[in-house]
Amino acid sequence: MTQLLFLIPVALFLGGLGLCAFLWCIRTGQFDDPDGAAERILHDD
Amino acid sequence: MVSARANLTLKRVVVRHHGDLDGDTITQTLMGLAFDAYRIEDAASAEDDQHGRARQLLRALAVAGFGAANIMLLSVSAWSGADGSIRDLFHLISGLIAVPVVAYSGRPFFQSAFSALSVRRVNMDVPISLAVLLAVGMSVFQTFTSKPDAYFDAAVMLLFFLLIGRYLDQLMRARARSAVTSLSEYAARDAIEILGDGSTRAIPVADIEVGMRLRLLPGGRVPVDCCVVQGTSDVDRAMVTGENEPMTVRVGEVLESGVLNLTGALEVEAERLVDQSFLAEISRMLDAAEKGKGRYVGLADRAAEIYTPAVHLVALTAFIGWMFVSGGDWQRSLLVAISTLIITCPCALGLAVPVAHVIAASRLFRWGLLMRNGGALERLARIRIAVFDKTGTLTSGQKTVVQMPKLTAPERDAFAALAGRSSHPAAMGIAAALGQTAPVALTHVTEEPGIGISARWDGASIALGRGQSGTRLEVDGVSLGEARFAETVRDRADEAIGGLARLGVQATILSGDTDQAVTNISRTVGIDDWRAKQSPKDKVSFVTTLSEEAFEGGVLMVGDGINDGPSLAAADVSIAPGSASDVGRHAADFVLARPSLEAIPNAVWLARRTNEIVLQNFGIALIYNLVAVPLAVAGFVTPLIAALAMSGSSIVVIANSLRLSHMEPPRFTPARGNSDEQAPALAPPAEVAA
Repeated sequence: MTQLLFLIPVALFLGGLGLCAFLWCIRTGQFDDPDGAAERILHDD
Repeated sequence: MVSARANLTLKRVVVRHHGDLDGDTITQTLMGLAFDAYRIEDAASAEDDQHGRARQLLRALAVAGFGAANIMLLSVSAWSGADGSIRDLFHLISGLIAVPVVAYSGRPFFQSAFSALSVRRVNMDVPISLAVLLAVGMSVFQTFTSKPDAYFDAAVMLLFFLLIGRYLDQLMRARARSAVTSLSEYAARDAIEILGDGSTRAIPVADIEVGMRLRLLPGGRVPVDCCVVQGTSDVDRAMVTGENEPMTVRVGEVLESGVLNLTGALEVEAERLVDQSFLAEISRMLDAAEKGKGRYVGLADRAAEIYTPAVHLVALTAFIGWMFVSGGDWQRSLLVAISTLIITCPCALGLAVPVAHVIAASRLFRWGLLMRNGGALERLARIRIAVFDKTGTLTSGQKTVVQMPKLTAPERDAFAALAGRSSHPAAMGIAAALGQTAPVALTHVTEEPGIGISARWDGASIALGRGQSGTRLEVDGVSLGEARFAETVRDRADEAIGGLARLGVQATILSGDTDQAVTNISRTVGIDDWRAKQSPKDKVSFVTTLSEEAFEGGVLMVGDGINDGPSLAAADVSIAPGSASDVGRHAADFVLARPSLEAIPNAVWLARRTNEIVLQNFGIALIYNLVAVPLAVAGFVTPLIAALAMSGSSIVVIANSLRLSHMEPPRFTPARGNSDEQAPALAPPAEVAA
């Protein structure tokens, strides 16, 4: 029983961390142009 | 220019500037750098707004996904035999996650339901909001009274699936900007009035009265419909006829408002007031046609209209029925009613249309067809006749040289270089035909619209100018002869027409050009039916009549010019080439991003498949409901069954829609000259009936 009290918050915290990371990615526009970075390295300018 | 950034995923370049650049300059610069560039939208703010909404939905989706995953884990534990205080603990934690998640992720639905209810209407979001709120409320109550049935998982999962559908739907939303606003750049702002004593004064266009004498300077737009009383000039009447060749006007001829005066000063007499003139009339026609487009109600909306009241009725009946059966056990009855609401919640229905449309749109995008409006796919599936404009649509607007005077090798290079300096279609044709081989030093290059281009070369003056029936090549004022042209038919136009015929779609040409020019093209592409010398008004009335009578709701218009704008908007569905005028592109549902027309039959084919898939999805949702609703009403639905049924039906719908990305279109061949043995594997009768 005591493991649960410990593990559930840990699980939620880790999940929450993932959620925050995703929201941060959206906010900083990292999904706006997923192919761009890969190709841009080939351009000279 | 402030910045330019290319988005390689969307294949778009966003250019921010101080208002000193226009779209054409930018596209031409890009074309000069060997990129195929077309303008998509200039209303950046409208797009930003749509973008903001999409992001908001994506955030809500992420939060709902987080909630659904965690609550589901806790629920699995609860279902696998947890009892007593442990189950209550799990429920409590689920509740602690679910309540804030629902409060955040449910907002799009609650807001929409509230705004519908506040004008005394119901939409799909009303039963969704009701089901989610009741389920959460009931589950909180169950948790605190230590009862077994908590629906936190179902409520949050419901939101998650619906948000997927809503997000995809948002991506599909029309980025439509009204075509009418883009006409204003063709309107003259003021005019020069010639007074009785011969002096002139500037007046606003609105003050022009019938019979007034006006002066038109070269480079200006005609302010009102008028008649030439003095002078001759070349004018660009492309917005009336769709032809980009300049036309010479003389005394007694009529000019429409918006026409561009190219070469000479003219004296004209106003024949109409500005708001009765050609441009205003086009504006009105566009406006009327755009409003008329609202008549088509999408499949999803029609489904929602029937579905919402039906669901509420069933849930209410279940509640009343159980009150009788259980002898007034309101908790039990309410639980049954809520489980009915949850299980009937249009989860699969909410995904049925957007998932299929998104997959179809991404395929169309790969074929070079940009969809501006999700509902357009449904309309495209129903077309039975395609009406084509000629110039700029069936033909590319480019010219190919069919005859060239004899030139020496240095002359060839010089004329090729000279022609290369101009963006006039004839000059571009000459440049392509001659093909410069060595560098040439040209000085004093001057181009006069409607007259030609000239330069100094090697001590002589060379010029390209208008001849009798083509472009004259001159050295020191002596003519070497004329280059003659033919219109270039767009790549694979004949295959596109043949493909449409295979799909049971007739084709016809509607052009502002002369009989002769239209016959030539109609023979080349294989269209037997054509109409020439059509004014914009003729085009609209032709398209409207077709749509209302012979081909009820099944008219596709393909056109590019301002003169096609109203008929593009009036047709049931429309496609514009990327090279089209602003008005044409804004009025059309689809924009071709490639010069070839072959995507058109493919798109029609895909639209039909998409419609089939959408109908199948509705069928799946219906079967699901036929099984689930009686179970729910009978009180057999536990939280476990609700969760399974909901995710199951949604996954089946998504999987069914994914089939769209693997279907291969048949290979289309030109209408003429294709023998039966190479006929594609298509069942023509079914296609015609579709």
